[in-house]
Amino acid sequence: MAKITFVDVTLRDGNHTYRHQFTPEIIGETTKALDAAGVDIIEVGHGDGLGGSCVHVGRAPASDEALIRAATSNVTNSKIAILVVPGFGVFSDLQMAADLGVKVARVATHCTEADTTEQHIRKCRDLGLFTVGYLISMGMATPEKLAEESRKMESYGAQYINLAESQGHLTPKEVAARVQAVRNAVNIPVGFHAHNNLGLAIGNILAAVDEGATFIDGSLKGFGGGAGNAQTEVAIAALKRAGHDVQTDVFGIMDAATVFADLVAPHPMPIIDNNSLLMGYANVYGGYIHPITHAAKEYGCDPRELVLRLGKRKVVAAQEDVVIEEAKKLAALRLDAVQ
Amino acid sequence: MEHSGKKVGVAILGSGNIGTDLMYKLSKDDRFEVKLVAGIDPESEGLARAKTLGFYTSADGIDAVLETQGVEIVFDATSAGAHKANASRLAGAGIMAIDLTPAKVGPSVVPSVNMDQHQQANNVNLISCAAQATVPIVYAVSRIASVKYAEIVATVSSRSIGPGTRQNIEEFTHTTQQALVDVGGAQLGKALVVINPAEPPINMRNTIYTVIDDDADDEAIKASIAEIVEQVKKYVPGYTITVEPFRRKDHFMIGVEITGAGDYLPKYAGNLDIINAAAIAVARQYVDNRGG
Repeated sequence: MAKITFVDVTLRDGNHTYRHQFTPEIIGETTKALDAAGVDIIEVGHGDGLGGSCVHVGRAPASDEALIRAATSNVTNSKIAILVVPGFGVFSDLQMAADLGVKVARVATHCTEADTTEQHIRKCRDLGLFTVGYLISMGMATPEKLAEESRKMESYGAQYINLAESQGHLTPKEVAARVQAVRNAVNIPVGFHAHNNLGLAIGNILAAVDEGATFIDGSLKGFGGGAGNAQTEVAIAALKRAGHDVQTDVFGIMDAATVFADLVAPHPMPIIDNNSLLMGYANVYGGYIHPITHAAKEYGCDPRELVLRLGKRKVVAAQEDVVIEEAKKLAALRLDAVQ
Repeated sequence: MEHSGKKVGVAILGSGNIGTDLMYKLSKDDRFEVKLVAGIDPESEGLARAKTLGFYTSADGIDAVLETQGVEIVFDATSAGAHKANASRLAGAGIMAIDLTPAKVGPSVVPSVNMDQHQQANNVNLISCAAQATVPIVYAVSRIASVKYAEIVATVSSRSIGPGTRQNIEEFTHTTQQALVDVGGAQLGKALVVINPAEPPINMRNTIYTVIDDDADDEAIKASIAEIVEQVKKYVPGYTITVEPFRRKDHFMIGVEITGAGDYLPKYAGNLDIINAAAIAVARQYVDNRGG
């Protein structure tokens, strides 16, 4: 049975769903409840991490500093974490976070671009932060590729590798194969971050833990993009049921979920709607919903067929032209069939 | 490029993506004679290509450059750290340095904006590819209306970003940000860099936001942007507006895409194309000024 370190990401990843409008009050009050429940690590900030507040993605109502201070001033035992994406957050942001009492830094990049994290991982280590190499969209790379990228992050000084399954596409067996490959490649712990598009978030966590993952991400009520993340309170209860050692208290974390839901009310909590289901099924980034709907209407094709084709082409963000290209192809096929 | 008179001797220092693409570009311009392509890795693909194309090559870096006769201009495409060490040696030898690293020893130059202000400098810095792509637009707005904040998002394909940039991503972000203020004329700047792994690789894309006053003259801003885009097109023909400037609440948004010339790397690497084209534009002005 494994000793699990639980990382609650509601106050960072959940910020995407809240259009990056978490206030210091929401962060402060939720942090208190998470801390009281005995969560090991609480990640806070703009959805895109340090320096993420911008016109392009969404301007936060308060500075990174104010958001972090709301967290660090309200904890007794939990460690506060930040996420940083090289190219967005800079060294001065990291220095500020460390000065305010942040203990954990997760340095994130797309799962094939680990070598863009070297400078920031080294900087975080220099600042004495517990430093994590964070690979986004792990379902878009093979186990072998993930192993290779994880080794790079370990060589820069990462203290554990976090695999984020951002599309909610993988099944437990596929998660297990990837966690195993990374476990075999590095001498540091492995973590896992699930999304729930196929309703598999909790099952995938159990599979990851069976393969040796010891750091697990979740968010209260599953608050996160589309179908949401693994639901923290459910994950804690399920991990305990499976016999794992988790210090977070089940009743305490249920209370924290209520505190958070009340703070953001009347904002709805995630459900698996048809759009989220489809994106998870096809392994396509959730941000494509609008371009896909638009292109399907404009060129006259079934948006669901279009999503499947985009999944096969392994599209990542910023490929709107491919959406149109595939929509045109589908429309032409339909026209052929009619004629 | 037609040019009368004696060719100007130049050397390329650094045999990565940037240096290799420069080699192709310079060999098409009859103002220049590439005297040497120098790197530090004898096994590098860049040096092998240079040899195949008939250039003198060396793996002794800056030392080889300083030993070569008739070099007036050096294009330094090494790294920020290396250029800081190279700068004083090049200056000591009376060689003009065009710095393509984020070292920022000399003044920052964007040809369509401030090249004529730095005609006397013997070391100029090309900042970053993202700055070359976005600073002209920010400047075009700031010369009409006060820009309180400029933000740019540069998206580049993973394949066009070599190990040098990957290991200098912090400097890349900073120098680009600083240039939005120093050269672009914004009061505050923010640069975001996104490395995109899509296959097939996407062209370099830039989104530019400028926060301005409510009473700014929108039509004058649009005209100013259109004018500067024509200026940039003179040295980067693949520089294209993809999102026409439009006002959204407190800011203007503009989208720019760059299709490269495809000299060495494929056309999606517009980011390499624009910084190299800018470097050559600076070198041409240097030659014109000294009446060579």
